Amino acid sequence: MNTDTKSDDFRDRAKAVLLAGVQGLVLALVVLPCGIAFFALTLVSLALIPLGIGLVTTPAVLTGVRALADARRRLAAEWCGVRIPAVYQPLPRGANPWARTFALLRDPQVRRDALWLPVDMTAGFVTALLPAVLLLFPVEGFMLAAGMWRAYVHGPGDVYWYAFVPVTGQVSALGAGALGAVVLVAASRFAPRLLTAHFRLTRAVLGGDAELAERVRVLTETRQDAVDTSAAELRRIERDLHDGAQARLVAMGMDLGTVEMLVEQDPAQAKKLIAQARRNSAEALEELRDLVRGIHPPVLAERGLGDAVRALALRLPLPVEVTVELSGRADAPVESAAYFAVSEVLTNAVKHSGADRVWVDVHHTDGRLRVSVTDNGQGGAAIGAGSGLAGVERRLGTFDGVLALGSPVGGPTMVTMEIPCVLS
Amino acid sequence: MRVVLAEDLFLLRDGLVRMLEAFGFEIAAAVESGPELTRALAEVNPDVAVVDVRLPPTHTDEGLQCALAARRARPGLPVLVLSQHVEQLYARELLADGQGGIGYLLKDRVFDAEQFIDAVRRVAAGGTAMDPQVIQQLLSRRSAGDRPLGRLTPREVEVLELMAQGRSNAAIAAQLVVTERAIAKHTSNIFAKLGLEVSDDDNRRVLAVLAYLDRDR
Repeated sequence: MNTDTKSDDFRDRAKAVLLAGVQGLVLALVVLPCGIAFFALTLVSLALIPLGIGLVTTPAVLTGVRALADARRRLAAEWCGVRIPAVYQPLPRGANPWARTFALLRDPQVRRDALWLPVDMTAGFVTALLPAVLLLFPVEGFMLAAGMWRAYVHGPGDVYWYAFVPVTGQVSALGAGALGAVVLVAASRFAPRLLTAHFRLTRAVLGGDAELAERVRVLTETRQDAVDTSAAELRRIERDLHDGAQARLVAMGMDLGTVEMLVEQDPAQAKKLIAQARRNSAEALEELRDLVRGIHPPVLAERGLGDAVRALALRLPLPVEVTVELSGRADAPVESAAYFAVSEVLTNAVKHSGADRVWVDVHHTDGRLRVSVTDNGQGGAAIGAGSGLAGVERRLGTFDGVLALGSPVGGPTMVTMEIPCVLS
Repeated sequence: MRVVLAEDLFLLRDGLVRMLEAFGFEIAAAVESGPELTRALAEVNPDVAVVDVRLPPTHTDEGLQCALAARRARPGLPVLVLSQHVEQLYARELLADGQGGIGYLLKDRVFDAEQFIDAVRRVAAGGTAMDPQVIQQLLSRRSAGDRPLGRLTPREVEVLELMAQGRSNAAIAAQLVVTERAIAKHTSNIFAKLGLEVSDDDNRRVLAVLAYLDRDR
């Protein structure tokens, strides 16, 4: 058993090393000519801009460079798990060749792509080729030791240099074989790392400030979500007010106007209308109350997240156990986001899980507000399957919050949400 | 009967003062903030306090906190709490000391002057006035899967609802247009089915029902 795992380990390792060698070789041999071609084309194309021809060719060439860089980014992620982010500026639509060319040349990412070409042709080429060299070099050593030295050394005084080993006969050829073995051991340790180093180098040149770029991408996305959500909310509130409270107040005003006319001729009818107006006002209030609850629940304003979640739990038709450990209150927007997230998750649990018990845990540790909702239902929930969880995830994103879902078929379901924030 | 009133919106405070005076109450103090309320409750020692949950300066649940603090200082001090929204959570806190003399109503209930005044009088006399919405929340939450509640007839549920609001048998009979004896029969049935101890004391009866409804399953 133990030896089995060991030999498995060895096989996996050998496979990884060989793979790294082959991958490096492919990179070096296939990509190098492409790189050289594109670098040359780019230089020529740029030089031709004053003649006008360059205006047509440059965008095409730069698009090709981008495709090449994209291919390398893909390989980096697939082969070595190195993520190289790219943020290209959008091109102006329907722009003339002049504007297109210069928009491209102004794009820092396009410029990084172009600068990457010469680096890739030199340092990139070497780092890509090294794993293959480390693997092939020992092969030569072994072959020399096996007798191939005879092909090089024809007589005394003839020397064949295998690295720093002068091969003059069988003994020194065995020395070459030993050196080969040492290199092979080194290769088995370093070949995959060298390939990774190649991609790291690529990232350093191609990726620019990777974290910053990623941050910008996330912020752009979440800002768009936030704007969309709040616009949709405002539309909903407008519609609710228009169809609800506003309409009822109009009806009430009409009733009161009629009462004014009737009060002397037909007091009984007037009384009926007054009662109706009162009902209308009560219903308008009820609708406004529901609306307010949907905008910012009063308990949240009055007591903060903990009690708001407790009050929410008391409104649900199944027992919900709430544990809260908060030493203060978070900012109002964070509280509100967390509250509505819990509300949505709880609604989901009630509607779809078939659970008969739910546990909510709210606490704050290490600068993060953590809320988990667990139910003993049937599980099998998924983000995005019309579950509303995708919406929750998006809205939490505005606050750099995250949502994790664990819901094996058969249950239980646990939704965990985290928002970085400070309590005051 | 001397009343301390705390409400920060001038129009509503003014309206309440006029309504209470019209029904023969004496307004000992009408204040608009939490600290003023605390002072008035300590100085005036009223028969009943009518308090808005949300008051300056914090505009959170200042009124509720003042009322709870005043009741800790003087157990059983009758307090009727008014709010734009009712929460079972707050009802629970108000009822927690088991003392009675507690009211918790939506502000809209002042539209019906007679019922509202009845509630104020009930609270002042050490009774209970819970908003129908609180009771409905309790019932709908409780009725899912609660066996004893499921055994009640629709009429008994109706009676239970009114009883939990704090109404007396006479008031329930008047509202449902039946005799008081019929209501008494319903109530003893309800208590038997829910396994509660029957009590002649109206107030204890209400608190027992509320405690039953709010009990965790």
